[in-house]
Formats: sequence, structure tokens, C-alpha cells
Amino acid sequence: MRSFVKGSRVTVQNVSKQFGDFRAVSGVSFEIAGGEFFSLLGPSGCGKTTLLRIIAGFEDPTSGDVLLDGTSVLSLAPNNRRVNTVFQSYALFPHLSVFENVAFPLRLKKAAPSEIADRVGHYLNLVKLDSHISKMPAQLSGGQKQRVAIARALINEPSVLLLDEPLSALDAKLRQHMLIELDAIHDEVGITFIYVTHDQQEAISVSDRVAVMNDGAVLQVGTPAQVYETPSDRFVATFIGETNLMRGKILFVKDGVAALETGAGTLLAAAKNGAEKGDAAEFTVRPEKVVISTAKPAAGGDKNCVEGTVDEMIYTGFLTKYFVATKSGAVFKAFRQERGAMAGGEHIRCGDAVFLSWHPADAFMVEARKA
Amino acid sequence: MRRNLGPIYTTPMALWITAFFVAPVCIIAVYSFCAKATYGGVVWRFSLDAYAALANKGLAAVALKTLLQSAAATVITLALAVPASYYIARSRYKNALLFLVIVPFWTNFLIRIYAWVAILGTNGFINGFLVSAGLLSSPVQFLYNQYAVVTVLVYTYLPFAILPLYATIEKFDFSLIEAAQDLGATKYQSMVRVLLPNIKSGIITAVLFTFIPAFGQYAVPQLVGGRDSFMLGNVIARELTVSRNLPLSSSISVALTLVTMAGVLLFVKFQAGAAQKVRPAREAV
Repeated sequence: MRSFVKGSRVTVQNVSKQFGDFRAVSGVSFEIAGGEFFSLLGPSGCGKTTLLRIIAGFEDPTSGDVLLDGTSVLSLAPNNRRVNTVFQSYALFPHLSVFENVAFPLRLKKAAPSEIADRVGHYLNLVKLDSHISKMPAQLSGGQKQRVAIARALINEPSVLLLDEPLSALDAKLRQHMLIELDAIHDEVGITFIYVTHDQQEAISVSDRVAVMNDGAVLQVGTPAQVYETPSDRFVATFIGETNLMRGKILFVKDGVAALETGAGTLLAAAKNGAEKGDAAEFTVRPEKVVISTAKPAAGGDKNCVEGTVDEMIYTGFLTKYFVATKSGAVFKAFRQERGAMAGGEHIRCGDAVFLSWHPADAFMVEARKA
Repeated sequence: MRRNLGPIYTTPMALWITAFFVAPVCIIAVYSFCAKATYGGVVWRFSLDAYAALANKGLAAVALKTLLQSAAATVITLALAVPASYYIARSRYKNALLFLVIVPFWTNFLIRIYAWVAILGTNGFINGFLVSAGLLSSPVQFLYNQYAVVTVLVYTYLPFAILPLYATIEKFDFSLIEAAQDLGATKYQSMVRVLLPNIKSGIITAVLFTFIPAFGQYAVPQLVGGRDSFMLGNVIARELTVSRNLPLSSSISVALTLVTMAGVLLFVKFQAGAAQKVRPAREAV
């Protein structure tokens, strides 16, 4: 029902930001399609918030450009950009009620009282907060403050919404709930969302695409499945989800599959572009793709198999995490769901000798260096 | 066993306040209802003569002058103190700057007023500079008028306004300014609509710390003021020292105290009320 302009296409061109001796952002480039839910994911201090503040206009980049729908916005002050921010600390005005906080942008524009009431009502309804309009921010819970901050950022009908770790102050359960709601709000308003988070779970579950950052640089931009399944490098592989990293020397490469000589025997993995025989390589396999069994799997030419002993197991409910020590001394993680555990299913306990096996296509090479 | 030691902690303060604040005020109040002794002092007899004299004395003009001068000083002090404290609170050198604000207290107050005489006088620095620069042919008298009084009052109370304002602004969440600008506010709008309402307690304190002592000032108008800029404090001093009329000077003091108290209470109540009232009215829209 609201006249949201279509979400803007956001282009970040070779943006760098220097604070004294510290390079917070170095040469970052990416393009976000209009209406996309885009996440900047990285550990704290990786430059993701600085990048967001540059897009919002609170910081000027040392070099590079930021474009909205092809037009540079660097010369525009924050109040003149069609970009609004949901701040990490919410930044609600403590002297104004919920209603007045959301109405603030409209009051600045001297909108008619009936229009203000109508629009504030609409957005408070969108964030499901219509029953708290006369409360002061100090009277609200964290989740409610969050909703006010979102309604207030949307009421100007921006073409891009920036969210700076919006859920970090909420408890785990509420975070999950708000995440689903954020996704619903994104679907409803259809504008571009740029979401900054250090929580890979959040980023993966709601984003259309994710940019993984570390040390001021973007390491990989891709869909959640791409960054999870085919991480571009070691950092991306370890930062997103849990994984097993293995090193080895490439014996040969054939049909995109490399055979590697490792401490745990010869293993097969999908080869990285340009990887050649003799290279020192590192590859990753996700623990949930590793099949753990007490019985030796049937021999097959395309299966990787490693023997070991269960060192430790952690039962988490929906899956069990096994830590398996191999003969070479390396520890492998393997996750599995206990199907039929109470009805005579196979039990694996600490100390059991087990076989770990996985398909070479699930093992992904993240690094290959000339020896 | 837990004992309530609160009263013991507060006893020294209570004794101090009673001995040096409550008791003198009471003595003044009692004196104001006594009769005047011929050679100074009071006769211990109930009398309303002092209040009758107060009413007949035509103090309205002086009272108005006192009000205007202290109000002008308060407004100018605030206009200087808010930006100054904002700057200090955001500065990297805030400790050094705060130190500079406090430095004047190292010198005696009267000496600092005499310094202003040396600055503004006909033989003072400003006149000396203007004359030698050829901008004036002969020195101008800047002293002994209401402008000199207001200038020195502003100078005197600026630190008392800056300190409480600094304390409030220092705690202010500056991301609110960014949020306001993000939502479309200009820099000026973000100051007026977000900063000022949130540092109101500091502003109220600064106003009280400036206006109340300025309203009762005696030394400043005495030393840099003229006949047109004498304040109630000077009248009290005159009645006390020249006319030796203790009951009359006491009655003026009592009136001054009551008016100040009433004014302060109204001001604080209005400030607190304004914040409460505005919002529900707007929400009703």
C-alpha cells in the first residue's frame, strides 16, 4: 500500500578508508542489486561497520566512490541520501515517545498531522508495535526498541536500509524471531537491505547474497550456499560454519578432482582453478558431510575414507558432534543426526574405532601454492 | 546485623548547613521583624516598620534593573556555555580545557573584577589599543554602566554554567545526533530537536547556577557599575553600612530570597512540566 520507490542499486567502487595509521577498509568493490538483501559478514574490526557508515554518509572514504542507481552520493550529507540506518544501539531519542520517535522525520518535513498519524500507524503496525505508541523508549524491552528503530528508519521510505548489527543486543531466541520478521519486512517493503553482522548464521539464513570481509577487504561475495559450499579461501571456510581443514601435496589433477597425499593417506578433493601437480594444497570438508560409521564403508574408487578413534562427542539434540582422532594425530569433526537412536540404531561412543568417509565433491580446495 | 547508619553519615552536613545557612537566614528573617535601633542594631520588639519602609522605598526600579541585568547575563552565559561545553565534551583535550575553565578560581574574585577595570577603564588595555591604533581619538568610558555589569557577570558565572553543562553533554549519546541526521535533520535541527532536550537537566542547573547568584550580586555592580546599574545587593549593602538600618536591609534580603525561591520553583516546575505535557497532546493527533 505504501509507495516505496524500488530499492536502489548500490555500487561500491574501490572504497578505502584510512584512520591515521589504521586501514579500516581497503579497496572494496561490489554491486548490490535493487531490492536485494545483502549482508556484510565478518569478525569485529573487519571494516564492515565503517563501510556501512560510508554508505550512510557518516564517514567519507579516503578513496573510491559509492553510487546509488549509478549516481555518486559522496557529495550528499546523510540527511540528503535516500538511505536510512538502523543503529546497533538503536539510537532512539530518549526524550520522545515511541510515536514521536517514528514521527520524527515527518515532523522535520512539517507533514500534516493526519498524514503523520496515518503513516506512523502504518509502520508501527508493520513492526507489530501499535499497542505501545505512548511509551517512552526507557519503558521498552530490547526487542521493542529494535522495532521502533526499524519503523523509524522506514518511515522516510528510503531506497536503501542499512542495518548495523541490529540483533546483537537481543537474546538468542528473540534474535531468531526478529530475523524472520526482518525478512518478512524486507519482502513487504521491497527495498535494498544492507545488513552488517558478525554472526554467520544470521547472514546465511536471511541474505540473498553475502560479502565476507576480513581485515578491511572483501574476500568473497556470493549467495549463502556459494560462500558455505565453495568458500574462496581458508578464512571464509573457517569463519562460516564449522569445517575440517586438511593439508596435502597434489599428486595429480584429473577431471577437476585432485588426489592429495596427506597424513591420513591419499584423499580426493575438488581442485581449485589452476592447481597443479606438486602444489601444496589445503582443502576443507564440512563435518556434516562426513559420514561416520563403525563399519568399514564399501570400497569405491571415488570415496575418501579415513580411520580413527572417537576422542570426544557432544550431543546437541538435533545432531551429535564427533571428534575423531586419526592415526596421523589430526582431529576430524563429523556431525550426524541420531536417526532411530532409541530403536536399536547404531550407537557410537567415545573410544570406538570408526571410519570417516566423504565424497570428493564435498571436499573443496581453498588454497593451492606452488611448492 | 544491619544497622541504618544513614543519619550518622548525614549529620556533619546537616550541622554545617544549619549553622552556616539556616541559622543566618533565620536571624535575618527575625531582624526584619524588629524595630530599628537609633545607632544601628535592632530593638527586640515586633515591628512591621521595615516592611512598610520597603514598600515605600520605591525599589521597583532597582528590582527590575536587577532582574533585567541578571536575566541578560544568564541568557548570554548560556549562549556561550552550551557551545563551549559541547566542544569540550567532544574534544580530545577535554581535561586540559576543563582545567582552563577552572583556572580563574585560583585568583581572588575581587582581583578578577579589578582586572576588568584594568581592561575596560579609560586608561585600560582596550582604550590604549584603540587609541594607539588610531581608531579612537580619545579614550571612551566603557565602565560604570549596565553593559560593563552584564559583561563581568557573564565572565563571573561562565565556569559555573560550563561545568554542569559539560557533565551532562559528556554523558550524551552522540549517536543520537547521527540518527537525527540520518533521518533527515540538518545539523542545526539535530542540535535543537535532539541535543537540547536531552541536556535539559544541565541547562536547568546552569541557569540556576548563573541566575541566582547574579540576582543577588553586590561586588560586580559596586565596582564596574554606575548609578544606572545598581542592583538589590547594593541597596541592601547601603542600608546596612550607610544608613545602619538592619531591619530594612534584612527585609529586603528576605524579599529577595522569597522572590528568588519562588522564581526557581516555578522555573523548575515549568521545565519539568513542559517535557511531560507536549507528548500526549501530539499523540492524540
